[in-house]
Amino acid sequence: MSEAAAAHADPNVHGAVADQHEPSLTPDTSGKLGMWAFLAGDAMTFGAGIAAYGALRWQNVNWPDPADWLGITTTAVMTFILICSSVTMVEALSSIQRGDQGKFRLWMFGTMIGGLAFLVMQAFEWHHLIWGEDLSIKTSLFSATFFILTGFHGLHVTGGVIYNTTLWIRNLTGKLPQNKAYLVEIAGLYWHFVDLVWILIFTFVYLI
Amino acid sequence: MATEAAAISQPMHQEHVGPSYVAIFIYLAILTGAELVVYALGFSQVLKIGLLVALALAKATLVAMYFMHLAFERRGLWIIAGTPLILVAFCYFMLRPDLSHRSWAHHDEAQVVGEHEHPSPLSPEARGLPPQQGGADAQH
Repeated sequence: MSEAAAAHADPNVHGAVADQHEPSLTPDTSGKLGMWAFLAGDAMTFGAGIAAYGALRWQNVNWPDPADWLGITTTAVMTFILICSSVTMVEALSSIQRGDQGKFRLWMFGTMIGGLAFLVMQAFEWHHLIWGEDLSIKTSLFSATFFILTGFHGLHVTGGVIYNTTLWIRNLTGKLPQNKAYLVEIAGLYWHFVDLVWILIFTFVYLI
Repeated sequence: MATEAAAISQPMHQEHVGPSYVAIFIYLAILTGAELVVYALGFSQVLKIGLLVALALAKATLVAMYFMHLAFERRGLWIIAGTPLILVAFCYFMLRPDLSHRSWAHHDEAQVVGEHEHPSPLSPEARGLPPQQGGADAQH
C-alpha cells in the first residue's frame, strides 16, 4: 500500500475518509470518540457529585447561605475568565485548522493563561476560607461538599492547563503541524467540558 | 481517477457554517450577567432556582453545541453526550423518595432530620451574630 493510501485509510490522519459502510457512531477520528467516552464518564462523576450536593443541601436545615462564606463577585470573574479561555481555545483550533501556526500559538497561550488565572483565583479563595474563615473539609457538610466539588474541578483545570501547555510546546518544536489539528480538537473537547462543569458548579454551589 | 482521489481525500471536517465564536461568547457573557441579576434581585426561592437552572442549562447547551461542535457532529455522538444527563437525572430522582419527608411534612418547628443536636458551628448564633429571621425554612 502506498504511503498516501495508508494515510488516506488511517482514521487518525486528518483528511482520512470513513468507509462508506462505517456505522454513524464513528466520528472522524477514534481519538475524538475516545475523548467523548471519557467525558461521558467524567460527566457522570460530576453529575453524581452535584446531585449528591443537592440532596444533602435539601435535607439539611442547617445549611448556611453560600453568600455568607463565598465571594460571588470573585467567582463571577473566574467564570468569565474560563468562558474567555474557551473562546481562545476554539479560536486556537480554528487557527491550526487553517494552518496559521502563529495565531494558534497566540490563542493557545491565551487559553493557558486563562486556566492559570482561574487556578490562582481559586487558590486565593481556598486560602481565605481555610486560613481566614477557619473552614476545612471536616468542618461541616457545606464545607466538605464545597471543597470536594471545587477541588475536583480544580484538578481537572490543572490537568487541562498541562494538556494545553504540552500541545503548545509541541507546536513550538514543530511536532504539531496542520494535519494533526485533530489533536487540538480533542484537547478542546476536554477544555470546554471543564468550562461547562464550572458553569453548573457556579450556579448550584454559589448562586442557588 | 486522480480527480476522484482528490475529491475523496477532501477532509471530512469541513468549516462549519454557523454563529461566530465571538457571538457565542457574547451570548454566554449576557447569560452570565443575567444569572447575576437574578441572584441579586432576590426573587422567591422557587423562581430564583428555576431561572438560574434554566440560564445555566442554556449556557451549558451553547458550550456543548458550538464550542464542542456537537451541533455539527454525527448523531451517534449525541447518544454518548446525552446519556450522562439521563443517568444523572435518574440518580437524582431515585434520591427524591428519601427527601420526601422534608418536602411533604410540615412542622412549625425546624425539621429534626439532619439537624444536629448542637447548633452548627456555622449557625449565626455560634458565630455571635443575631439569629436568622424567618426560621429554618427561610434559609432555603
